[in-house]
Amino acid sequence: MPGPYRETDLTEKVEAFLSDLKRGGSGTGPLRGSAETARETTALLRRITAQVRWSSAGDLMEVIRKEGRRMSAAQPSETTVGNMIRRVLKIIREEYARSRGSSEEADQQESLHKLLTSGGLSEENFRQYFTALKANVIEAINELLTELEGTTDNIAMQALEHIHSNEVIMTIGRSRTVEAFLKDAARKRKFHVIVAECAPFCQGHEMATSLSKDGIETTVITDAAIFAVMSRVNKVIIGTQTVLANGGLRAVNGTHTLALAAKHHSTPLIVCAPMFKLSPQFPNEEDTFHKFVSPHEVLPFTEGEILSKVNVHCPVFDYVPPELITLFISNIGGHAPSYIYRLMSELYHPEDHEL
Amino acid sequence: MADSGVSGGADKKDNIEREKIEGKELTKEEKQRLRKEKKQQKKGKEKKDASLPQVSVAETAAPASQLKAERRARQEAERTSKQSKKGDTGQPATTSKPKIPPNELQPVVKRLPEHIQVDDPDVLKKLAKKLERQQTTENSEIQKIPRRLDYGYKVSLFSHLLQYSRKAPLTQQLSIPSAVIHPAIVRLGLQYSQGIVAGSNARSIALLHAFKQVISDYTTPSNEELSRDLVNKLKPYISFLNQCRPLSASMGNAIKYIKKEISNIPSQFKEDDAKKKLLNCIECFIEEKIVLAAKAIAKSSIEKINDGDVILVYGCSSLVNHILCEAFEKGRKFRVIVVDSRPRLEGREALRRLVQKGISCTYVLISAVSYILPEVSKVFLGAHALLANGYVMSRVGTSQIALVAKAFNVPVLVCCETYKFCERVQTDSFVSNELDDPDDLIVTRKGETQLKDWQQVPRLGLLNLVYDVTPPDFVDLVITDLGMIPCTSVPVVLRVKNVDLL
Repeated sequence: MPGPYRETDLTEKVEAFLSDLKRGGSGTGPLRGSAETARETTALLRRITAQVRWSSAGDLMEVIRKEGRRMSAAQPSETTVGNMIRRVLKIIREEYARSRGSSEEADQQESLHKLLTSGGLSEENFRQYFTALKANVIEAINELLTELEGTTDNIAMQALEHIHSNEVIMTIGRSRTVEAFLKDAARKRKFHVIVAECAPFCQGHEMATSLSKDGIETTVITDAAIFAVMSRVNKVIIGTQTVLANGGLRAVNGTHTLALAAKHHSTPLIVCAPMFKLSPQFPNEEDTFHKFVSPHEVLPFTEGEILSKVNVHCPVFDYVPPELITLFISNIGGHAPSYIYRLMSELYHPEDHEL
Repeated sequence: MADSGVSGGADKKDNIEREKIEGKELTKEEKQRLRKEKKQQKKGKEKKDASLPQVSVAETAAPASQLKAERRARQEAERTSKQSKKGDTGQPATTSKPKIPPNELQPVVKRLPEHIQVDDPDVLKKLAKKLERQQTTENSEIQKIPRRLDYGYKVSLFSHLLQYSRKAPLTQQLSIPSAVIHPAIVRLGLQYSQGIVAGSNARSIALLHAFKQVISDYTTPSNEELSRDLVNKLKPYISFLNQCRPLSASMGNAIKYIKKEISNIPSQFKEDDAKKKLLNCIECFIEEKIVLAAKAIAKSSIEKINDGDVILVYGCSSLVNHILCEAFEKGRKFRVIVVDSRPRLEGREALRRLVQKGISCTYVLISAVSYILPEVSKVFLGAHALLANGYVMSRVGTSQIALVAKAFNVPVLVCCETYKFCERVQTDSFVSNELDDPDDLIVTRKGETQLKDWQQVPRLGLLNLVYDVTPPDFVDLVITDLGMIPCTSVPVVLRVKNVDLL
């Protein structure tokens, strides 16, 4: 029978994805970039939409929310998973509203006027059945997938507007987006890149070898030399793991120091982040913000006697407040950090912020 | 001018010289040199010694009488050629400030050290010649001090500095046994270049011990004076050590002190007495400037450590470790966070020392400092040198820690002995720094070494800085053996010290 067979196939895929997420932390499992994770999540959600039996939009949203909660719980620091789920939920809401014939704007905003004139919140339980809904939703998800595939190129296309010749650019760690950005600019301009290696994982080394192979003059420095070298740097261009709702960043550890040094020398800090990294989280959730990995990266087991008497910390992420950031470059253009909250309202529905 | 004591019987030679010099136009350098000599001569007259002028950079050893005659001749020439110049050297050192700077200006325009002019080929040629000159022709063997060669691709911003490889120490180019260089110095040079002796206090103490050995093994040759010959003997050693690893500010001050002591030995002293006196002086220096200073600093710092404090330290500073151990012994309850950085990872040594004492410690890398700083109540930093404009020169990464601490409003205290105070000024970490072996940055993770063949990749450079400078606005307090001062009072201490030494 095709039905249950397809469903077990689907569950297998979901389980495989979950275990991949659990394993691929940062540096331990096969390193997957956030773009890949986003793509895989969206593809999985499309499969769920196609294969699971649902009758109304409300059911579909319930199913997706349930799966989404499981996926986010597998790796809480991988926020792109949650972001994609919220995007798909928003897509479903939009398609439903379009099928019903009402305009999207009016339904989304909970304006004061609406509250007073309609006498309470409108009953929106998504129970109506539309035949074309499934096809529409799958089509919209396909569009989302195409958008995801083009994000890095879209960002890289803007490189020549921001980099002039003979510049000294500083970056930290390894970001595929920034790599593509710099390589695109290097086709036409000559500049010098300084890469901070970002201990203990030293991903900056990979970045440096990759950039120098493309003919960009690169220098590797240690994290301790960031402030010392900053006075000669013209721009700081970094990638990030997540863009938070207040315009701040959750980026690799060491980025806050870099941002403070840039602020001290009045050097602009540019963040290259595609839109799927924008997350409705705020930084005050202390418990879930930080992620730690095994301290043996910092103090190896060969240090023996002192290990048992010492606390060792190895945090992976840093919080960078929005005041230190000059510009966000995303696949839809450049924005100031103060504009991020607005972009969020376009991407996600407020009721989906809590999955 | 008070110095124009030309004796009645002016020699014919003087007249001829005078005429010759009057005809020439004195260059700026010569004028400055003259001013310097005049000042030194005035100092000599005040002391009523028959001592030689201080061994300054450009002087060579010459008999005293000839120098005096030349000087007198030059003074006459200068007097006739400059009438409008305000009399600066003639007046004794008054307390009014505008009078003193012209005097003090003279020694400032001195030669730039060679180790920050590596991009100038003339300077390199001069250095090679100088190393050749500093040789002895004992046993009719001419051995010169080898010059250490640069290694690897240098980042263009730092092409004026030297970059050595640890795998090619200078001693490989020396023959065994070396007639020029005392074996204690050879051993010391090797220890410096391999990083076995590191840290400014340790290096200075090792240097002074090696010099004690040199002095005890020294014998004055038959027709030389100990005070002059010993200084000349020390010069090639110092060049050698400089080639092994550029001298630190503390070592520079120690060497200045020793040279001054040696040249102040009266010629009547017998060799054994002179040597004993010198050894005593060195012992005193170590005892006063390093050991007792550490005790004094520890005493002042303990007042700043309260119960329940969380103290952050960076790397391994012998002074800061000493302070923390003392405070712990006195019964203060605090815990320490040790911040470390690649590639030297000196913090592990500090961690071991503190844990041995029983202090509870936490250990992080420097990239995690913004995570850990909200817990910290004070930051204690050590210094390599304190510059005259208030900047603190210390291990690379110190300025970063001070920056982040300032952003979180955590007080930063720097502990430094006064013998590390230096008259140089510097505003950034580029002009004068040390580049360590770039291969240190290479690391193997999960069996992969990313930067293994970095030399083959044409546009890739690795930068391994050793020092950086911290601006004085990041530092809240400097604790020295003279007391607790703000960063900007460093030139005051320097002036006080110089007046003492005169």
